[in-house]
Amino acid sequence: MKIIVVGCGKIGTALIESLVAEDHDVVAIDKSPSILEEVTNIYDVMGACGNGTDWDLLVEVEANTADLFIAVTDSDEMNMLSCFLAKKLGAKHTVARIRNPEHNDGSLDFLRRQLELSLVINPERLVARELYHMLRLPAAARVETFSGRGLELVELKLKPDSKLDGMRLMDLRKKYPYNFLICMVQREEEVFIPDGHFKLKSGDKISITATPGERLKLLKSLEILQKQSRDIMIVGASNTAYYLTKMLINGGSAVKVIDKDKARCKNFSESLPEAVVIHGDGAKQELLLEEGLSNMDAFVALTGMVEQNILLSYFAASHQVPKVISKINRDEFSHMAEQLGLDSMVSPRKTVANILVRYARALENSMDSSVETLYKLVDGKVEALEFTVHGDAAVCNIPLRDLKLKSNILIGGITRGRKSIIPSGNDAILPEDKVLILAAGHRINNLADILE
Amino acid sequence: MNRRMILNTVGKMVLAEGLFLLLPASVALIYNEPSGLIGLLIAMAVALGLGGLMMTASKPKTDVIYAKEGFFIVSASWILLSLIGALPFVLSGEIPNYIDALFETVSGFTTTGASILTNVESMSHGLLFWRSFTHWIGGMGVLVFAMAILPNVSERSIHIMRAEMPGPVIGKLVPRIKDTAKILYLIYIVLTFVQIVFLLAGGMPLFDSVLHAFGTAGTGGFGVKADSITSYSPYLQWVITVFMLIFGINFNLYYLILIRRAKTAFKSRELWAYGIIVAAAILGVAVSIRSQYPTLEETVRLSAFQVSSIITTTGYATADFNLWPSFAKGILILLMFVGGCAGSTAGGFKVSRVVILFKQIRREVQHMLHPRSVKSLRFEGHSLEEQTIRGVLSYLSIYLVCFGAIFLVLSAESGFDFETTFTASFTCFNNVGPGLGGVGPASNFAAFSPLSKLVLSGGMLLGRLEIFPLIIFFSPSAWRK
Repeated sequence: MKIIVVGCGKIGTALIESLVAEDHDVVAIDKSPSILEEVTNIYDVMGACGNGTDWDLLVEVEANTADLFIAVTDSDEMNMLSCFLAKKLGAKHTVARIRNPEHNDGSLDFLRRQLELSLVINPERLVARELYHMLRLPAAARVETFSGRGLELVELKLKPDSKLDGMRLMDLRKKYPYNFLICMVQREEEVFIPDGHFKLKSGDKISITATPGERLKLLKSLEILQKQSRDIMIVGASNTAYYLTKMLINGGSAVKVIDKDKARCKNFSESLPEAVVIHGDGAKQELLLEEGLSNMDAFVALTGMVEQNILLSYFAASHQVPKVISKINRDEFSHMAEQLGLDSMVSPRKTVANILVRYARALENSMDSSVETLYKLVDGKVEALEFTVHGDAAVCNIPLRDLKLKSNILIGGITRGRKSIIPSGNDAILPEDKVLILAAGHRINNLADILE
Repeated sequence: MNRRMILNTVGKMVLAEGLFLLLPASVALIYNEPSGLIGLLIAMAVALGLGGLMMTASKPKTDVIYAKEGFFIVSASWILLSLIGALPFVLSGEIPNYIDALFETVSGFTTTGASILTNVESMSHGLLFWRSFTHWIGGMGVLVFAMAILPNVSERSIHIMRAEMPGPVIGKLVPRIKDTAKILYLIYIVLTFVQIVFLLAGGMPLFDSVLHAFGTAGTGGFGVKADSITSYSPYLQWVITVFMLIFGINFNLYYLILIRRAKTAFKSRELWAYGIIVAAAILGVAVSIRSQYPTLEETVRLSAFQVSSIITTTGYATADFNLWPSFAKGILILLMFVGGCAGSTAGGFKVSRVVILFKQIRREVQHMLHPRSVKSLRFEGHSLEEQTIRGVLSYLSIYLVCFGAIFLVLSAESGFDFETTFTASFTCFNNVGPGLGGVGPASNFAAFSPLSKLVLSGGMLLGRLEIFPLIIFFSPSAWRK
């Protein structure tokens, strides 16, 4: 597919990276020649220097032949305009980043319809939603949600002295007779899609699917359940913080936001009067302690600086805050942060890249199934995909134990109407189901790809 | 530095050369030339063996390369390919001296067309084919060819392409580098084929047609006859004239025409400059030589042929321009410097650089008149980066320095007049072929000493790779970790 990306900032380059890895023909547009040179040096893409709203430039890069046109410059208005132009020139699908909260209310739908945008992405809001899910289930390092409600992929880290150490999965199932499935195990740099004979070790990160009720029982019996975070401290009154606070307050939590910019604090407080807004330097440990850091249920570092987020999170973790999450927008830092013991991180780059890779894949898709959700996990080594099954797919109506799956592929869950099923060998996939697939080392475009 | 990747890629190139040698070997087989065949086969075995060894000995851990690796890969490949490519000439005994053979091969790969052969017509068909085939491969670039056909091209091959393709700015035609390389070669192959058809239509034998098409496409200049193109019919001379000019044009423009954006292609400033220079030079030369030839048609034909041959740095000849008036010779010398368009197979300084240079001169003059003036230079519809302008200026300086050095070594040798040494160095450095005086179109480079031949070979490589890759390859600081 031919994809044009306007704007090569952090999000733009992350997009380019994953779209090139998906084997698309990518054209990158940016107004800075030096940034473009860097991008074209690293990735196999064509660069075009100029303004994404320049009609001549769009004609030159043949926007009319583009299957997907993505505008992610830092200006919402530019993104809207260049998408509009591209659409009028003949681009098949357009995606704009629109992140200003003013546009992200009732007017968004209107804008989208009028500009014929296929998709609007708001990285801040997406990240906020991700953070919200993580805070809802603090025992998990990560929570990936899917469009079939009730099905979530939850990552748990086994403590050094875990009771599960050395246990085989088939024994685990006997000991904890709940309805759950271990879909994936990360051990240091390696990832496994485990079978019944797989032995767990302390320090492993396991990803499980389960219905919420069963999951609660499992976590209880493993003694790693934590109650939902109620008192939350956020450093950095960014847009992400705004969306997150709004969701948290609606969910009944108490939120304290710290920022050193007075005007920003004032704005924040005006739009969300229920939040406690503190004007001060979040980097000052004294201030954090004074505001009761040690009594918080959760701490979220959302400043614009990665280094600061890591250090603040480290400080919070050392004060026994049960749940610490940091926003880390550069991949090379996330490994370092992990070495410091921080396991909960969000990366806007990855979030957005996941969504657009999924979108591009869905566009290419055949008829028998369509990708609803896609996550690239563990540096892209594993993909978690959710498909909707249409009519007469080859996998339908066959008990799972009779399906010949490729190696390193697992069916993690099925959503049927309002019901979630953690599948066993007797279950079968039916039309209109939503199926969650985990795949390592395969590229799955549609559901038929999982079969041998 | 990713040494494994460098070794591996160079190994692949050597292996590819082994496969290329298959073509002349089969020609030698068809014409039943045992000595040539044996020479070609041994060289092929050496290339396949060495290439295979290099590839297996260095499995790269990662295919990440940077600009530096690109320069190294390109320089090392070109040097090694020339060293191996010279073997068939020596082994078959047709050019017994290795340095002569090396000169001939470098001249082939760099599409110079300068020869040490005193009697071309006594060469066997297989080796003649190899000699001209090196033009064809070298013209568009060996590594670019590999990119087009090999699977698993590194994402960062742009560094290799930049180092191998001539011109101030190298861009892609389409998002993927592999597809870009494919398109370039496809255009190249189709144009070569069309030329062969035109030559055959004019009654040229098949073997001659193929070889002359190779020589024209790569803008090289090796032929099959001692008098180059002189003895062929006027029709054939015109065909070659037109195709030389075609291969001197930026290939990007052909792509634009292919995707039906001919309008943009014809707006190219470089194309216009190229056309104007060619037209003016043909007129100038024709006026200057009018009295020497009986008919107007012959005057124009000879003038057009020689001008096209020199500006595209091909080096075919239909007249001994050594005997022309000084004005005509002066024009030809200047054309050697200008060369063809960027992104073509031609050598020289490149028309686009000349245009940028003139624009910069005008800006400097304006700046002296209005010291506070701010003016950005526009070229091909875009305003030029200061970095590009600086690149052109620094290329000019290093071009002059290198030329000076080559010229100095050559003049140290006794027995040649100034005109000969000057034009010999100039013609090799710009990948043209013939010069004036002792190296005119009717003579050759056999008389030079081995040292001078080596220096001239180096000069040809410098000119083809646009100096910087080789300078970097041979500078000790680049080798440090």
